[in-house]
Amino acid sequence: MTTTTDDVIDFDEALAAFDPVMGLEVHVELSTNSKMFCGCPTEFGGEPNSQVCPVCLGLPGALPAVNAMAVEAAIRIGLALNCEVASWCRFARKNYFYPDMPKNFQTSQYDEPICFNGYLDVEVPSADGVRTVRIGIERAHMEEDTGKALHVGGSTGRIHGADYSLVDYNRAGIPLIEIVTKPIEGGGRFSPEIARAYVTALRDVLRSLGVSDVRMEQGSLRCDVNLSLRRSPEVPFGTRSETKNVNSLRSVERAVRYEIGRQAAVLESGGTVIQETRHWHEDTGVTTSGRIKEEAEDYRYFPEPDLVPIAPDPAWVEQLRATLPENPGVRRTRLATAWGLTDFEMDSVINAGALDLVEETVAAGADLVGARKWWMGELARVANDRGVDLVDLAITPVQVARIEVLVAEGALNDKLARQVIEGVLAGEGDPEEVIASRGLAVVSDDGPLLAAIEDAVTANPDVVEKITGGKPQAAGVIVGAVMKATRGQADAARVRALLFDKLGVVDE
Amino acid sequence: MSAEGQHLTRLAAADIAAAIARGDVSAVEVAQAHLDRIAEVDQRVHAFLHVDAEGALEAAAAIDAKRRAGEPLGPLAGVPLALKDVMAMRGIPTTAGSKVLEGWRPPYDSTVVARLRAADVVILGKTNMDEFAMGSSTEHSAYGPTHNPWDLDRIPGGSGGGSAAALASFEAPLAIGTDTGGSIRQPAAVTGTVGVKPTYGGVSRYGLVALASSLDQAGPCARTVEDTALLHAAIAGYDPRDSTSINEPVPAVVEAARRGDVRGLRVGLVKELSGEGYQAGVTQRFTEAVDLLTSLGAEVVEVSCPHFDYALAAYYLILPSEASSNLARFDGMRFGVRVGDNGERGVEEVMSLTREAGFGAEVKRRIMIGTYALSSGYYDAYYGQAQKVRTLIQRDFAAAFEKVDVLVSPTAPTTAFRIGEKVDDPIAMYLNDVATIPVNLAGNCAMSLPIGLAPEDGLPVGLQIMAAAKADASLYNVGAALEAALRDRWGHLLIEEAPAL
Repeated sequence: MTTTTDDVIDFDEALAAFDPVMGLEVHVELSTNSKMFCGCPTEFGGEPNSQVCPVCLGLPGALPAVNAMAVEAAIRIGLALNCEVASWCRFARKNYFYPDMPKNFQTSQYDEPICFNGYLDVEVPSADGVRTVRIGIERAHMEEDTGKALHVGGSTGRIHGADYSLVDYNRAGIPLIEIVTKPIEGGGRFSPEIARAYVTALRDVLRSLGVSDVRMEQGSLRCDVNLSLRRSPEVPFGTRSETKNVNSLRSVERAVRYEIGRQAAVLESGGTVIQETRHWHEDTGVTTSGRIKEEAEDYRYFPEPDLVPIAPDPAWVEQLRATLPENPGVRRTRLATAWGLTDFEMDSVINAGALDLVEETVAAGADLVGARKWWMGELARVANDRGVDLVDLAITPVQVARIEVLVAEGALNDKLARQVIEGVLAGEGDPEEVIASRGLAVVSDDGPLLAAIEDAVTANPDVVEKITGGKPQAAGVIVGAVMKATRGQADAARVRALLFDKLGVVDE
Repeated sequence: MSAEGQHLTRLAAADIAAAIARGDVSAVEVAQAHLDRIAEVDQRVHAFLHVDAEGALEAAAAIDAKRRAGEPLGPLAGVPLALKDVMAMRGIPTTAGSKVLEGWRPPYDSTVVARLRAADVVILGKTNMDEFAMGSSTEHSAYGPTHNPWDLDRIPGGSGGGSAAALASFEAPLAIGTDTGGSIRQPAAVTGTVGVKPTYGGVSRYGLVALASSLDQAGPCARTVEDTALLHAAIAGYDPRDSTSINEPVPAVVEAARRGDVRGLRVGLVKELSGEGYQAGVTQRFTEAVDLLTSLGAEVVEVSCPHFDYALAAYYLILPSEASSNLARFDGMRFGVRVGDNGERGVEEVMSLTREAGFGAEVKRRIMIGTYALSSGYYDAYYGQAQKVRTLIQRDFAAAFEKVDVLVSPTAPTTAFRIGEKVDDPIAMYLNDVATIPVNLAGNCAMSLPIGLAPEDGLPVGLQIMAAAKADASLYNVGAALEAALRDRWGHLLIEEAPAL
């Protein structure tokens, strides 16, 4: 392949002359245990061609049978994207020859998608600050993934010019949901950010549904960017390019920006934009033309005769709707407001995987500061040491809340609380049981404390002299000695207060 | 071949199974007798593409061991069977009559094969067929034609000519066929044997190399109605691997085949499936058979199915369309023959060369028609319109079954024609299936059974019985009544008159 460098004009200059229109197609690999039409496993990274059978290899005579879990996931995705769910729909065959597709047709959906006509609200920057943009969802349909071709030799890693190709069919037949937006108009200079915000919001929705790993770097979430330019919003859409291989959120934004600049250059020089597939190059930040077909591809769609139509029971659909998780964007805004957290603080909670845990801990009676402190501090450290996710630790939000309440009441101090957590994680029971069996309650009776203070004062006359001489910071030595004597079960603040009382010194 | 062996090959499946169950004869002896018969006559008949003598004898020995151990045996235990080469069978060459699959040994069993094994049926080998089941004469096999045992210069029908010829030449008492537009029934008609196309979804298609998915249906073939029913019961039933399979109990076909009582039954003569284009001797024997049904107590009336006139045209759009897609996988990449891969050529060129060399003319013709019919801009006019005709034909059947219990017609317009006679005239060839195609389009069920020899050429004539979807048992009831009456008239089954070869 000869890589020619396309002319690109400045983004602002392009926006001054043209109005961009986008369409985003996202393919999501579902994290079902088995493939779309057979029982083969779907794990990523298996030995090539180890997760295949006659069905997903398209051997003569083999027939597909629909994975009910994939249908359920498709409907839940549609509902989460505010779509209508078809009362009756069929699969269709998309016919084209390519060696990574075992049957030389892809079992997909065509004019009868399972979900259609929805939207997703996303927050994007604008000239007037953050605003909410409603992205229309055209459809979400089910299909099967293709195998993966590895082209060996040649300079480009693409099929043309390769010495030979290897095909791994482990991915063939993994359930995919293709989510297609309606044309996104009016984005103007914020089009790149809108595209990124949409894919981000979509990813968060899919993650909240638990239907996919949504890992762009592993290909479980893939985005194609369709983009066209026109002179003004009043005229029909221009010719679009379809950019594939956009495999990170940042790339979504960059690819839109690049295509705006490239197409503007073509149009400004009097040329015409070609309807074509282009490939995004992460390293160089440009798109290059794929092979231009001499004639338009005709996929000869027709209803898949090997599969009976799908007619989801409306009661089941309503049940799925009723059990949908809250939209992640809506939830974030709600919690940020309720908790009074900044965007940055919310990000750190979400990125730590602690949002559900903190919310449940607060709901169980802990205050927010305490809940965040334990999950993001001590527990995050333990999880990190053990190489597990926070949610997989053997402690529940209710248990964390109980510990935090005991701290707030003064029955535990932080040091003791850490020991209680250690006991709970070790399977010693609920916090109360750990406290009882380990004898961890704070000593709240002043009697033993006063005796211990007396001993410490007697043993450290020089320190007492410093305190009474105007250096209250020296009190730490006495307090430390008392804590040691009570095996950490004293409330340090109380010890300090009693000490200053005894010495007749005012603590500053 | 010994006289005893000769005798074994002429028994009905039900009698063979009974003899084995009683211990009068071993399954190995039965299998060997049939293998000997194949060795004796198949060079002239060419019913088989592959004979699995070793596998058959092994399976037979295992059944004998089971019997000796006192384990329960199925109603067809030890009965040999000829399997149409369109059914995947683990480790056994499966070509579907095509060069493109030469040497391919499936790594899995079709559901039909799995059920045959579970029923202790002994599979002798794979039978010849028109390539990918496209044809009505078995002349379109890439491996040469099969000859009709009644007259070796004539065709045995198609696409399942090999299975029908195996029955008529006493190489096997049971056979599996598949019927997309008549490929079980028309061969049965021209070889004097019995064949049933079950209701669509009645027998799993899993492992059946697809021709047209919405039309294909595997079914039983035998020399008697009862044997056909026993085989039907063995292979039918719900299969979760086939999404179009019917999840209901199998119709009581064996009971119906043993009942054979048509008194008070309403039988409809399809007006559109008679007259012009039907050979005189075919019409004559058909009329006599209908009279016989009347004399047995059936009430016969004429019924009109006006849209049957469009069935052939609709069929030759739907079938090629689905076939063009189903046959796309034969590209030399993953299995079967690969042509022209010299390390220099690209993948598309190798795919093209493979398909060019691997497919015969009739297959290419239908792939091209189907590709065209599905093309953007033509879909509505061809595939879409054909699907509407299909609906109208379903309505014709529904209206007819309001008035009658079963419909009857000649199975094929003519008796067996000479090899080579129609091979270069596709339309003449397609017209063989004019009476059988409506049932495939509507998805209901039908049987062909022998009703005599045409006076002008002395060749078998078949009668087709059609019943509503899931009413497969009705076919066997009517078929058994007619078969018994004809046997009484002749003193034997028609097949007994077949040449000894």
